[in-house]
Amino acid sequence: MNNLSRFLASDFFYKFRRSPVAVIAFIVTVFLVLSAVLAPLLATQNPFDPGSLNLMNGFSKPGVPNDFTGETFMLGTDDQGRDIYSTILYGLRVSLFVGFSAVVFAMVLGATLGLIAGYTGGRTDTIIMRIADIQLTFPAILVALLIFGIAKGITPPSYRDEVAIWVLIIAIGLSDWVQFARVVRGATLVERNKEYVQAAKLIGRSPFSIMIKHILPNTLGPVLVIATISLALAIIAEATLSFLGVGAPPTQPSLGTLIRIGQGFLFSGEWWILFYPAMTLLLLALSVNLLGDWLRDALNPKLK
Amino acid sequence: MTNPLLSVKDLVIEFPTRFGPLTAVDTINFDLAPGEILGVVGESGAGKSLTGSAIMGLLDPPGRIASGEIWLKGERIDNLPNEAQRAIRGRRISMVFQDPLTSLNPLYTIAEQLIETIRTHLKVSESEARKRAIGLLDDVGIPAAERRIDDYPHQFSGGMRQRVVIALALAAEPELVIADEPTTALDVSVQAQIIDVLKEQCSERGASVILITHDMGVIAETANRVAVMYSGRIAEIGPVKDIIQNAMHPYTVGLMGSIPTLAQEEDRLVQIPGSMPRLNDIPQGCAFNPRCDRAFEKCRIDRPDLIDQGTRQVACWLYDETVLAKGKIA
Amino acid sequence: MLAYVIRRVFQSLFVLLMVGLVAFSMFRFVGDPVDNLLGQERTQADIERVREQLGLNDPFPIQYVKFLGNVTRGNFGVSYRQGRPVADIIAERAPATLELAGVSALLAVVFGVGLGVFTAIRRDGIVANFIMTTSLIGVSLPTFLIGILLIYIFAVELGWLPSFGRGETVQLGWWSTGFLTESGLKAIILPAITLGLYQMTLIMRLVRAEMLEVLRTDYIKFARARGLSERAINFGHALKNTMVPVITVTGLQIGSIIAFAIITETVFQWPGVGLLFINAIQFVDIPVMAAYLMLISVMFVLINLIVDLLYFAIDPRLSADASSRGH
Repeated sequence: MNNLSRFLASDFFYKFRRSPVAVIAFIVTVFLVLSAVLAPLLATQNPFDPGSLNLMNGFSKPGVPNDFTGETFMLGTDDQGRDIYSTILYGLRVSLFVGFSAVVFAMVLGATLGLIAGYTGGRTDTIIMRIADIQLTFPAILVALLIFGIAKGITPPSYRDEVAIWVLIIAIGLSDWVQFARVVRGATLVERNKEYVQAAKLIGRSPFSIMIKHILPNTLGPVLVIATISLALAIIAEATLSFLGVGAPPTQPSLGTLIRIGQGFLFSGEWWILFYPAMTLLLLALSVNLLGDWLRDALNPKLK
Repeated sequence: MTNPLLSVKDLVIEFPTRFGPLTAVDTINFDLAPGEILGVVGESGAGKSLTGSAIMGLLDPPGRIASGEIWLKGERIDNLPNEAQRAIRGRRISMVFQDPLTSLNPLYTIAEQLIETIRTHLKVSESEARKRAIGLLDDVGIPAAERRIDDYPHQFSGGMRQRVVIALALAAEPELVIADEPTTALDVSVQAQIIDVLKEQCSERGASVILITHDMGVIAETANRVAVMYSGRIAEIGPVKDIIQNAMHPYTVGLMGSIPTLAQEEDRLVQIPGSMPRLNDIPQGCAFNPRCDRAFEKCRIDRPDLIDQGTRQVACWLYDETVLAKGKIA
Repeated sequence: MLAYVIRRVFQSLFVLLMVGLVAFSMFRFVGDPVDNLLGQERTQADIERVREQLGLNDPFPIQYVKFLGNVTRGNFGVSYRQGRPVADIIAERAPATLELAGVSALLAVVFGVGLGVFTAIRRDGIVANFIMTTSLIGVSLPTFLIGILLIYIFAVELGWLPSFGRGETVQLGWWSTGFLTESGLKAIILPAITLGLYQMTLIMRLVRAEMLEVLRTDYIKFARARGLSERAINFGHALKNTMVPVITVTGLQIGSIIAFAIITETVFQWPGVGLLFINAIQFVDIPVMAAYLMLISVMFVLINLIVDLLYFAIDPRLSADASSRGH
C-alpha cells in the first residue's frame, strides 16, 4: 500500500470525512490561502499603487455603478476609490504571511529551546522553563504589544514602516513559543534515557542529531495541533495589533488595518468598507480555529 | 430455585461502532437466590463487569442493553424509567468498585458521603444517619470509627478505604451487592480481610452478592455458586464445589489447571494456549474452539447453549445428547 | 503550608524583580531618555544636568536599585509626551479600567460557570450543542470585532446605547465612578459585554471540559451506584471537584481581562489605562509603558498568589497534615 491509499484508509481520514465541520473549515482555509497567494492575479487593481486609483470612484456602493464613472465594484470602494475586493485580497496576503511566519518562528524557537532544555537539563532547563512560566502568566497579546513597543523605540522613525511587518512577526512569534517548547521538552526527556541514545554516545556519535531524528516524529501530532491553533491565534493577534494601530502600516495594510480604517466610516453609512474585511477575517479565524479544534480531538481521542 | 432474588434472562449488551454493533455480552441467563453468593470469573473482556453494570442500570454509553430482561424479586427493572432505577440503586442493589482510591470523592469527608447516602434512601434525621454511619464503619472494621468518620478519604489507607466503600454500599441495607473486582487494586496482605468483611457483613444482613473477579481462589473460598464467562457468554455455571472438583467445560478445566495448589504436586501450571478472541473477531461456532484441544467439527459451526448437567449447566457440545449418542468423540 | 506560602511569596517577588529589570532596561536603553526629556535646543550643560538628575552616570546595578526604590514609592518618572508624573496620569485613569474590568469579570464568571455546567450536564441536548457551537465562534471572533458589531447594532442602528466614552462620572475622593449616573451605567454595558464575552466563553468551555472529565471518574460512578439524585451528583459532587482547576484559570482570566481592556478601551475610546498604554506605544512614551508593565505584573502576581492560596481552602488533600495519614 502506498502512502496516499494508506492515508485514505486511515481512521484519521475517516473521522475527517465524517465531520462536515472539519471538511468545510478545511475547504474554506485552503480557498482563503489560495486567494491570498494568487492575489495579484485575482485582484482587479493593485490598491496600493496610486496610479491605478481614481478618486472619482470613491465610496462606490457594492454592486451599484458609480455615479461619476459608471464603474461597478462588486464589494464597493473606499474614500480613495480603492476596490474593497482587491484590498481584501492584498490584506489577506499580509495577514496570512504574518500569521504563518510568526507560527514558524515560534515553532522553530520553541522546538529548539525545548530540545536544549530537555537535553541539557539542570540549570539551563530551569532557566528556560522558568522564563516560559513567567511569560505564560501574561496574555500573549500583552507580550506582543510590549515587544512591538520596544522594537518601535529601537528602530529609527524613518525605517519604522518598512520593518513593521517583521517586527510584528517577531513580536507575535516571541509571544507564542512556550507551548512548542513544552511539548518538545517533554518528548526529549522521554527519549534522553533510552538505550539507543546511550549507545550512540558510546560509539562516539553525536546523540543530539540522533535524538532529533527520533524526537521530532514523536512530537509531530501535538506540534501540528498547537501550530494550527497558534495560527488562528496569530492571525487574530496580528489583526488586533493592526486594529490598535500598532501593527501593519497603512501602506501595507492587513485585514486588521482595513477594519481599523473601515470603523471610521461606520457612522456615515459606508458599511461595506468595514463589513467585507471583517467578514473575511471572521471566516479565516473561524475556519482555522475549527480545524485546530477538530485536529486536537481527532489526534487525542480521550478528550471528547 | 423457586423464588430467585435476581433473574437475568437472555441479556445481550452491544456497542455500536462504525462497522456495526459489537456484541460484548451475548444472551446470558442466570438466577440468584436470596442470600446466595455467586462468583463470576473470566478473563478481562469476558463481559463480567458489563453484566454487573447492566444489572445496576449503569452501562456507560455507547454500550447498551440490546435485548433481554433483568428481574428483581418478580419485578422487571431493566426498562424502568431513570428515576425508578435510581431509587433501586444503593437502596436495593448496590455496588463495590475495584479501586477504593478513586471510588470516594476526595473533597468530602467519610461522614458527609455516608450520611448523604443514608438520607437519600432512608427517612432519618441527620443525627440518626450519623449514628448509623458510625455503626456501619464499626461493622466493617474501621477502628475508632467515631473519631475517624470526619476524616477525608486521603487520610485512609487503601484497605481501609475499601472498607469505607463497603460501608457505603451497605448503608441502605440493600438486598444485592455487586462487588466488581473488590480486591484487585489492594495489597495481597489485605485482600483476604476485605473479602471476609464483605462476606460476613452481607450474610449478616441477608444480602446476596455477585462477586466479579478473575481470581478463582477467592471464589473457591467465598462463593456458593460460580459462573465462568468466556467471550461474552456463560461457559459453565453451578455449585462452586462441583465445578472445582470436576470441571466439565474445557475452558473451566484449563482455568482450574492454572490455579496453584499445595496439595497437588505438579511441575508447572497448565496454561491455556492462545488468548480470548477480540469482540470483532469472535470465531464461528463455540468462541473457545480455536483454543480447545477437544474441539470437533460441530464446535466450529454451531454455538452451544447451556445444557443441564445435574446441579449445573455447561455450554459445550461434548455434553450434547445427540452428540453423545452418536459417540462421535474419541 | 506556611512553608509553601513563603516559597510562593518569594517566587512572586522574583518574578516582579525580573519584570522590573525588563521595565528598567526599556527605560534605560530604548531611545535616549535625555533626548526625550530635552527638546531640540539644549546645551551640553543641560544634558549633563539631566543625566545627573536621572542618575544615568551611576553603574547599572545601582541605577536598577534606585529605579526599584522609586517604583516602590510610586514614582514612575515623567511621561515624555504629557510631561506630567506617570503615577498621576495612571491614578486618574485607573478607576475607569477597574470598573470596566470588574463588571466584565462578574459577567464572565457568572455566565461562564452557569453555561459550562449546563452544557456539561445536557451534553447531547440541542440547546447545549447550539451554545457550544456558538461559543466556538465566540472564541474565534477577535474582541474588537465583537465591539464593533455591538456598536453597530446598539449604537448606530438602534441608538439605544452610547458608542464611546464613559458617560458622566461622579468624583468620590480621588476615585471617579460611572456607576452613579444613568449615562455612566449605559456607557459601561457595551464595553463590559465586549470585554467579558471572550473570557466567558473560555470559562464556559473549561468548566464544561472539567465537568465532563469529573463526571467520568469512579467516584461519580460510585455516587450513581449509591443511588444519589442527579442533582446531588451534578451540583454536590461534580461541580465542587470541577472548581479546583477552574479557579486557577478563572483567576488568570480575570488578570487577562485587565490586559485585554486595552483592546476594548480602544474600540470604545474608554478613558482607562489600556488606552493610555496604546497611546504610549504609538508615541514611544517609555515611562508610561514601563509603569503599565510594572503595575499589571503586580496585579498578575497577586492574582496568581491568591489563586494558589484558594486551593487550600477548597482541597482538603493539600491542607491536611501528613501525620494523620493512616498507613
